Amino acid sequence: MYDPVRVRRDFPALDQNVNGKPLVYLDNAATSQKPRAVLDVLDAYYKRDNANVHRGIHQLSQRATVAYEAARSKVAGWIHAPDESEVIWTRGTTEAINLVAIAWGLDNLSEGDEILISVLEHHSNIIPWQILAARTKATLRYLEIDDEGRLVLDDLESVLTDRTKMVAISDVSNSLGTINPVKEITRAAHAVGAIVLVDGAQGAVHTRVDVQDLGCDFYAFSGHKLCGPTGIGVLWGRKELLETMSPFQGGGEMIHIVDRDESSWASVPHKFEAGTPNIAGAIGMGAAVDYLSNLGVEHIEAHEKEIMAYAMGRLLEVPDIRIYGPSSLEERSAVISFTLGDAHPHDISTILDMDGVAVRAGHHCAQLVMKHFGVSATARASFYLYTTKEDVDRLVDGLGQVTTIFG
Amino acid sequence: MESPQLSSLYQQLILEHYRNPRNKAELDEKTVEIHMANPVCGDEIRLQLRIEGDHIAEAKFVGSGCSISQAAVSMMTTRLQGANLVEADALAKRFTEMMHGDETAAKDKTLGDLRALEGVSKFPVRIKCALLGFDALQEALKKEVGEVGGVGGDLN
Repeated sequence: MYDPVRVRRDFPALDQNVNGKPLVYLDNAATSQKPRAVLDVLDAYYKRDNANVHRGIHQLSQRATVAYEAARSKVAGWIHAPDESEVIWTRGTTEAINLVAIAWGLDNLSEGDEILISVLEHHSNIIPWQILAARTKATLRYLEIDDEGRLVLDDLESVLTDRTKMVAISDVSNSLGTINPVKEITRAAHAVGAIVLVDGAQGAVHTRVDVQDLGCDFYAFSGHKLCGPTGIGVLWGRKELLETMSPFQGGGEMIHIVDRDESSWASVPHKFEAGTPNIAGAIGMGAAVDYLSNLGVEHIEAHEKEIMAYAMGRLLEVPDIRIYGPSSLEERSAVISFTLGDAHPHDISTILDMDGVAVRAGHHCAQLVMKHFGVSATARASFYLYTTKEDVDRLVDGLGQVTTIFG
Repeated sequence: MESPQLSSLYQQLILEHYRNPRNKAELDEKTVEIHMANPVCGDEIRLQLRIEGDHIAEAKFVGSGCSISQAAVSMMTTRLQGANLVEADALAKRFTEMMHGDETAAKDKTLGDLRALEGVSKFPVRIKCALLGFDALQEALKKEVGEVGGVGGDLN
């Protein structure tokens, strides 16, 4: 039996008072808290095995290298990658998307080509493409969203043309929680010969993704949103594609033979991993997916569904609340974006914070979504494996305070 | 139930200005306009002034944002109508000092209604909300005085 209260005890940061009240952490879409299993691994690595990877014959370097590569293998398993050498360590989702925009985009796009993204995207899946479009004179096009923040796919076939070279789309929206039909989009994109990148920053968090089933060409995600450390993330790519690509950054680790005028590159994935990597981060991310796997992703998913249903029911009882995003829970991940009367989201967040309840307020790096709904900001509560119904109750109580002050 | 800190943050006067902002309109005959935004949270204003000689003949603003940012700029523009440029600059500096926790500034009667915002100084992440309007004012004065020349010595 999955017990969120017991899971909660694995997370030291959750056990504290904020402004005199027990912390209720509902900003998980921004970053998750870290379980002891991850913290201990980081600590042990630095205390015992710390050395640079792939460069030493000595014992510590061997240990560090083994742990680092074992983590790659674990993370490959988390997304069902057919080959662990397709897993490239990056600083996070943002760097992974930038890697593709630079190392794939500059060589493959030219004037008249099109990049298709959506209004729903996080800025990290918009700006790299804007920069790439400006550099290559390619055109950036958008899939629109409807009143419930769902992608409008009716005209997908007309938006996709033989000029479409890249389709970059998130599997789950960070601002609204919308679950996008990326499999369907991928199939349509491939039919016109486009490459598909999936921004999995929110998607790989709540469930085990299957990149083979999705059929995409690139999948990007971060460690810190799935109980791992900050500063580590992954770009997964199909090997034959990665092999044809130019390097991203130049430096140590990514070379084969260096001569004065030109050099040759290491094989995939090291070709894309210049410089000393975030070794501890990678090992920590490996520990995080172990932790989640041990709890059982099916239990985590079931728990989050239950919390979402409960939270949606309770929040809909709050007078003057406006909830953004899909009305159907089936189409939504564990995120609820809302506004309350004429109280600005910052004010909501400050009042909740005084009650020990942490939510995010702002545009959530999704200004195009905010513009679509005609608001400058929303408050966002996002749930995770340790969220309890009591946490939701505390949120609702806090919103009562907002109404008292602003009502 | 409501904490004393929250009560001091959200005083009635602040909420009243938030709901009924003063001088919130486009100013037709503006001599200077400053756009000030906080990209982190989306608070945004355009402060518009008509400066005649050594004083602000009229001050208006348009914008959107949280109660603190909008109330602060509403109160500020109320004080700026007809204000001497040197006084306006001094007001901005005094208010900034109060936001940074200066207790003598908080007791300074020259700040008038703006003292209602003192509670914001206890909320570090919200201080920039309260300062949005005054930061715009200081930019405007710098720009205007730079163009007019001469008054700069008094302002700085």
